[in-house]
Amino acid sequence: MKTLKDCKKACKVKVIKLHASTDLKQRLISFGIMKESVIEVLEHSPAKSTIEVKVGKMRIALRAQEAQLIEVQKI
Amino acid sequence: MNQMQEKACPIIANHIKIALVGQPNVGKSMLINSVSNAHLHVGNFSGVTVDKTEVLFDYKNYHFTVVDLPGTYAFTDYTIEERVTHDYLCAESYDLIINVVDSTNLEKNLQLTSELMSMSKRVVIALNMSDEADKEGVVINAEYMSELLGIPCVKVSAVTKTGIEELLDAVVSVSEQETQESKLIFSEPVEEEISTIVDYLTKHKYKAVNSYRNVAINLLKNNKKTYAKLHDDPIWIELQPILIEASKHIELHHDSDDIKESFAEEYASFNRGIIAEVLKQEVIEEKKTLTEKIDKTLIHSIFGIPIFLFFMWSLFQLTFEIGSIPMDWIDAFFSWFGDTIGATIPNEDVRSLVVDGVIAGVGAVILFVPNIIILFIGIALLESTGYMSRVAFLLDGFFHKFGMHGQSFIPLVTGFGCSIPAYMSARILKNDRDRLLTLFIIGFMSCGARLPVYVLFAGAFFAPEMAGNILFAIYISGAMIGLVAAKVLKLTAFKGADEPFVMEMPKYRLPSAKLIWHTVLTKTMMYLKKAGTFIAAASMLIWFLSNYPHNLMIEEEYATKIEMALSKDAKTDLANEQAVAHLEQSYLGKIGKFSVPIFEPLGFDWKMSVALQTGLAAKEVVVSTLGVLYALGDNVNEEDNSLKTAISKNIPFASAVAFIVVIMIYLPCLAASIVFTREAGGIRYFFYLLAFTSIAAYSLAFIAYNVTLMLT
Repeated sequence: MKTLKDCKKACKVKVIKLHASTDLKQRLISFGIMKESVIEVLEHSPAKSTIEVKVGKMRIALRAQEAQLIEVQKI
Repeated sequence: MNQMQEKACPIIANHIKIALVGQPNVGKSMLINSVSNAHLHVGNFSGVTVDKTEVLFDYKNYHFTVVDLPGTYAFTDYTIEERVTHDYLCAESYDLIINVVDSTNLEKNLQLTSELMSMSKRVVIALNMSDEADKEGVVINAEYMSELLGIPCVKVSAVTKTGIEELLDAVVSVSEQETQESKLIFSEPVEEEISTIVDYLTKHKYKAVNSYRNVAINLLKNNKKTYAKLHDDPIWIELQPILIEASKHIELHHDSDDIKESFAEEYASFNRGIIAEVLKQEVIEEKKTLTEKIDKTLIHSIFGIPIFLFFMWSLFQLTFEIGSIPMDWIDAFFSWFGDTIGATIPNEDVRSLVVDGVIAGVGAVILFVPNIIILFIGIALLESTGYMSRVAFLLDGFFHKFGMHGQSFIPLVTGFGCSIPAYMSARILKNDRDRLLTLFIIGFMSCGARLPVYVLFAGAFFAPEMAGNILFAIYISGAMIGLVAAKVLKLTAFKGADEPFVMEMPKYRLPSAKLIWHTVLTKTMMYLKKAGTFIAAASMLIWFLSNYPHNLMIEEEYATKIEMALSKDAKTDLANEQAVAHLEQSYLGKIGKFSVPIFEPLGFDWKMSVALQTGLAAKEVVVSTLGVLYALGDNVNEEDNSLKTAISKNIPFASAVAFIVVIMIYLPCLAASIVFTREAGGIRYFFYLLAFTSIAAYSLAFIAYNVTLMLT
């Protein structure tokens, strides 16, 4: 399973499934991260603990742990 | 019916109450300022912890009340803001909702709009930032959008102040209409299930405030309140199997086991449909936006953190360098004010109460206003430019190791200046548990008021060239203990799964001076009002405890002694002795003596115990209390050599070390504790803090005392 955590900088992917708990899933959805949405990885923080992604026109920061719960597919 | 009665009533006939709702960073507050240009007054009332602002103004023949609700992405009740907004929209009474959306990011913003549409309320959409959208080549057909959604959509720009009148006209006309059924359409399977439920409700003539369609949608979305209502109705027995069947059908259709996720997808596809119809993106060549360019530097994986540290250092410097200039004036003003008022009061007790109790106590609070204003301006700048999110991004990795959040950094650094603004700035943390944990840790960052105590003791026991290093060591070890304490709390009291870190990185924007002024003003006024009233009361209490009971024996004894004394110095010495004798038999002195057995294992005598306890009122008081108790008069400061000598003579080194450890860790001053209690959201948190800091301070001081005894 490929997750958002494995994506390199400037890589574009499509979300296949969210494996998060209900609360976190709601949070991700409210940020526009849901099935079918397209995500672009923009930047990693030092030690890759946090990543910055772009969904639609919005830029979102999330921890590597959370990114690991987002199953993606390269497009 | 209800509507008609309201219209007939002349008092509320032309009064329109508006709930202003939108996602974060869409310029809601800016819009409210533009709309109510000459606003009559801005009231600030606080919810549990986050404030909603109410603005009143007149337009044409209408009185408007606009309630500015905290920004929310969706109705998920995830953050306090979302809860405040959701509760308000569901439970309070208002005439209509203005949904502010960012025209440059319409699809994202419509997510909230579609949730609002399923609430059966009257809504007007303000397409804000239309000027920016023009620049970015985004063209929105507002009329067609109004038609498709069945909601008036008005293009506005809070910055250029265009479309404001059109927006208000739309509000007036909508407020006069009946609530309309929303035009939100779901996919076929969902619509099918909705109509099954609606049919069932119609058949059984179920009595509902909202439309059956609305009830049906709420049931399918697992809305708890709707469930609670229907659960007590006899029709529930038959309705339940229908609902289970319906949910299964919808989940199957979406290939998901989460009905909320399915609905989110429903909304998203409805929104995509709307976007396809009303929005045209004029093709402009792909170039890096300004935000992307700035981010290249500011969140650079190597330079990002040094740049941030530089910004923090500057803010810190400004706060305590510039802030200290007016502090002297305020101090001078209050001592003049106290003297002037004191001169008009003949009764000695009343005068002492007013001057030494109330005026001195309140003055001590007002003293910090310049610091607070500068700090709030700094924080407002960091927040409104969008830089704060970058800071959290950069630091989250480090702080997460100690169980804290990237944004905890700002309140913690602020804590080195004064705990009060630090507690208040902890509001930037959106998650309850993260915020509470940070609130508990702030006290470990030694505030400016504890500096005099450190300076005094470092000077008393160490050579001048070492004193600076000792000071630095005290500060650093405080911060380290704080980080360890955070980890301990995280593993015990705040145990549980890590809070997720998912956060928007907003576009960089130039901050508006007006908005910053407004935020800083309301926050400062709140500080003055709330802390001020409590402080006045608390100061009176401390004053009372240290002044009463009066002992006439001592007074008479010393009065005669002083009269008999020959030199002026002898007179002063006797006056000081009297002060000690008086304090010793005052309630405060009795408390100090009573608590001696508790502090004995740490090597404290009753004088040190009392000094610690007066430090609960304000940390600065520790030094002046020690001054009084060692009979030097209360006009001493940390530079005073005689006090230094007295301390190095009278206090053993090990006791002094334990004393410093207690000062570092124990309960923050009264004003800070009050602010802490308010920010944490309940008196029980104060008792938790009291227990936590007392246990930590006592045990660490005990260890420090014994280790020092062994080493020396």
